[in-house]
Amino acid sequence: MIDVQNLIKHYGPVTAIRDVSFSVAPGEIVGFLGPNGAGKSTTMRILSCFMPASSGRATVAGFDVFRESMAVRQRIGYVPENVPLYSEMRVATYLDFVAEVKGVGRWQRKARVAETMERCLISDVQHRVIGTLSKGYRQRVGLAQAIVSDPAVLILDEPTIGLDPKQIIEIRALIKALAGDHTVILSTHILPEVSMVCDSVIIINRGSIVAQGPIDRLVEDFFPTARVHVQIAGPPPSVRDGLARIPGVVAVHEDASADGLAGYVVESPRGRDVRGEIFQLAAQQRWELRELRRAGMTLEEVFIRIVAGEETAPETAPADAGVEVQA
Amino acid sequence: MRIWPIVKKEMRIYFTSPVAWVIITMFLVIAGYFFYNIFAFYTLASMQSAMNPQMGRDLNVTDSVLRPLFSNVSVILLLLMPLITMRLFAEERRSGTIELLLTYPVRDGAVLVGKYLAALAVYVIMLALTLLYPAIVFYFVRLEWGPLLTGYLGLLLMGATFLAVGIFASSLTENQIVASITTFGVLLILWVIGWSAEYVGGTWGRVLSHLSLLDHFDTFARGVLDTKDVIYYVDVTIVALFLTLRSLEARRWKG
Repeated sequence: MIDVQNLIKHYGPVTAIRDVSFSVAPGEIVGFLGPNGAGKSTTMRILSCFMPASSGRATVAGFDVFRESMAVRQRIGYVPENVPLYSEMRVATYLDFVAEVKGVGRWQRKARVAETMERCLISDVQHRVIGTLSKGYRQRVGLAQAIVSDPAVLILDEPTIGLDPKQIIEIRALIKALAGDHTVILSTHILPEVSMVCDSVIIINRGSIVAQGPIDRLVEDFFPTARVHVQIAGPPPSVRDGLARIPGVVAVHEDASADGLAGYVVESPRGRDVRGEIFQLAAQQRWELRELRRAGMTLEEVFIRIVAGEETAPETAPADAGVEVQA
Repeated sequence: MRIWPIVKKEMRIYFTSPVAWVIITMFLVIAGYFFYNIFAFYTLASMQSAMNPQMGRDLNVTDSVLRPLFSNVSVILLLLMPLITMRLFAEERRSGTIELLLTYPVRDGAVLVGKYLAALAVYVIMLALTLLYPAIVFYFVRLEWGPLLTGYLGLLLMGATFLAVGIFASSLTENQIVASITTFGVLLILWVIGWSAEYVGGTWGRVLSHLSLLDHFDTFARGVLDTKDVIYYVDVTIVALFLTLRSLEARRWKG
């Protein structure tokens, strides 16, 4: 549905994105993930036909965003960052304007606008001037203007930023409900959001894509082994030895903790839980077991390792199965 | 071309915010004040000439009421028109709504024409309300319809030019005040540029005089319909709108 190839955008001497390529299948919800300034908004602005790329190609629903821009615009709904809306207009009038401009026929327009407001839970404020609405309502009006013409593709730039937790949950539910008949690409830097809402994820950092694929796959590739954090008060060499001798343990790293106690990270194959054995070992040796927990193998960890640690794909990662991890 | 929805949207914004109301009201108050003074003076002169028939020879409604009224109104327009156009693009840019507007399936040209027509509509409403003044005059004296018509046509064309310059200035900045001051400055210079024509003389003098907004308007106010003047206003309007389109395009590339 969305196909991006070797997209590059320069703002004067600054390169905002370099050589970005990805594709999104119809009906999929894709999370576009990256720290601030990574190039998320730039990519979305190019996809939404707001500005042309410096080079490269992008197609939406088979139409080129630059040469067949009108056909693309007809098929997308876009919510820019910070949701700019006309603060002087009333909600219903505004949505009617958007529907008209996007070519919804005069006779269906009223019904469509009413239906959209219903769906976005803004019917109760339809006669209010947009400037007087709260942030949560504005965000929903923004989403409503994107879906009012029932476009095939939705491009949402940070749709939950600045909302309170309850509103975030509502917006997320709304986006999830849109999946299926719409292809959604949404950018965010809230990581749990991606795991909750999206099927797959594209991680971008400093203008380049560093990882992409379905979330489980990505996590598996980054953490091919299960990890357990242990803190044992015992003589370090023998503790390490003992841990390494547990059947199934692949590797043991030392990991100094804040209170000066020696900590260890124990790696074992996925699906093999070694925590019981670690406890047995400690009990047997009469070592004091201070901490024993599974280390997170979440998208968050992957993201932090990629973005903060500037790490790229671990060598062990298989380079097949639809998951690409690029340098 | 989906121009109509844009026109409607702009009109709604003009009239849900106080902008259009304030501009129209102020315009009518000031124009009304000028009209009152001009008409009162004319009444006084008529009464005096009733006693002195020599004086009455030179007295007529077109020259003593309409012409000064039109030239006064054109000065008010010079001050007020930049305020009509200043928000058209500047405000969209400042609030970021331009990012949505320019990703809807409408061409930049349609957006521009829609916004321009909306501003023109506000101006036409403003101008139509001043028809009350000639109506009052008509109640008392016989009017010459020709000069009245050309005068209004002149105001319409000149106003259309002001709006086109204003919309161009608005597309260059995201600050409404900068847009309106720039418009005012450009219009004022074009207004007075003819003054120096006399000292410069020769070909350049004629060029300067031809550029002057004021010189072209005067013929309309006198009741003369000259294609040269019509073409001047239409030309400036088209050039300004064309430049606006290019400026929108350039902004897109710059991002």
